[in-house]
Amino acid sequence: MSGNEHLQLSISTEPDVVYVRQAVRKLASEIGFSLIDQTKLVTAASELARNALIYGGGGMATIEKKQQGTRTGVCLTIQDQGPGIENIEKALEDGYSTGSGLGLGLGGARRLSNEFEVKSAPGEGTTVSITRWL
Amino acid sequence: MTTSPQNSADSRLPLVIEKNLDRILDTWISELQVDGGRLLNLIRESELREQASRFLDLLRKAIKVAGVNPEKTAAYDELRDLLDELSRSRSEQGFTPTETATFVFSLKRPLFRELKEAHGDNDTTALLDDIWQATMLLDRLGLNTTEVFINTREAIIQRQQQDLLELSTPVVSLWNGILALPVIGTLDSERTQTVMESLLQKIVATGSDIAIIDITGVPAVDTLVAQHLLKTVTAARLMGAECIISGIRPQIAQTIVHLGVELGNVTTKGTLADAFALALKKKRQKVQDI
Ligand SMILES: Nc1ncnc2c1ncn2[C@@H]1O[C@H](COP(=O)(O)OP(=O)(O)OP(=O)(O)O)[C@@H](O)[C@H]1O
Ligand SMILES: [Mg+2]
Repeated sequence: MSGNEHLQLSISTEPDVVYVRQAVRKLASEIGFSLIDQTKLVTAASELARNALIYGGGGMATIEKKQQGTRTGVCLTIQDQGPGIENIEKALEDGYSTGSGLGLGLGGARRLSNEFEVKSAPGEGTTVSITRWL
Repeated sequence: MTTSPQNSADSRLPLVIEKNLDRILDTWISELQVDGGRLLNLIRESELREQASRFLDLLRKAIKVAGVNPEKTAAYDELRDLLDELSRSRSEQGFTPTETATFVFSLKRPLFRELKEAHGDNDTTALLDDIWQATMLLDRLGLNTTEVFINTREAIIQRQQQDLLELSTPVVSLWNGILALPVIGTLDSERTQTVMESLLQKIVATGSDIAIIDITGVPAVDTLVAQHLLKTVTAARLMGAECIISGIRPQIAQTIVHLGVELGNVTTKGTLADAFALALKKKRQKVQDI
């Protein structure tokens, strides 16, 4: 990882999702996250990366160390140029899936992180950003 | 890079190689012995000489037919095949790409020396031109070996991934009618599916009625893995077998809760040993001291 603890990975295959997960795990453990927090972050990363792959047709993950005052955290941004989400609120509902999933990924990722933001509109792709503080 | 046809026609390169083949080969070999580093520890000198001599011979023929531009000319096919084979075998022998490319690059000095000799002192422009062309040619051929090297590596990695997928699904018979599946490592969707399918097959094959899925070795359970687990449990149930999931570590338990996954009516146990004890109890059997 370069000096700025900033890593970009493309997501276009299933192994890429695993790779994103491992990169998130690596940064989180370097920063000193507990095993439980690492696992939460990794699981959220997995959900978002897979959504970008399945629904967004592939995308890009940016993983970075975040410093805010005395707080340290990991910020993950997953971006795709796919069809976008029409109704974000609905997509966040537990059990709502337009695919064959459990419909828990997006809402789960929100519950697994401290900060969560979705930017999406039909035809304009989707960007999900999450942060978890140490 | 383009060279005018006139230049190619004027080039002394083909003639120089043709006339001094043996001497070039000798200097190249000694060049390789110095430059090659580990080369000679891993390859016998006779083999190296054989390869170098074939390379030089094919190079000579190719230049004669097609000039010094190896791109897309069939005349260079044989030479490229030789290099492909060389890169592939060297990559398997554990050479670095640099070492393999150096094989080609180290032909430069012997070749340049002969060119200098052939041109004498009076025509520096022509000499420089020839050297430039020879450099371009050898650079391309050398870089070619690097490309082949990378492709070979990629093929090896893919094969290993495939192997791992097969290897990592050991469904074991613990007891008459009791199966265990210790899942280890990161689960992506392909692997999860393979693992779960092999469990269902083994249930049928052995007529087992209890299957323990142990996830102690799984670093994270996301919705996809959870879904596969739940599907497997349901499918097994339809086949008359009951699944017990064991080895859910604290961090996994917490994330499962946050995700909102309901393991509701799935039997879970802390450890594989606990799960086994429960399985025996269900079968009204027990292990006794003797
Ligand atoms: N990147 C995205 N682009 C377009 N639509 C998306 C994207 N991410 C999520 N969605 C939409 O939101 C829905 C809910 O997503 P969520 O991750 O919660 O569930 P899921 O992926 O369907 O199933 P699960 O994640 O539980 O396996 C999806 O079915 C999909 O319609
Ligand atoms: Mg999802």
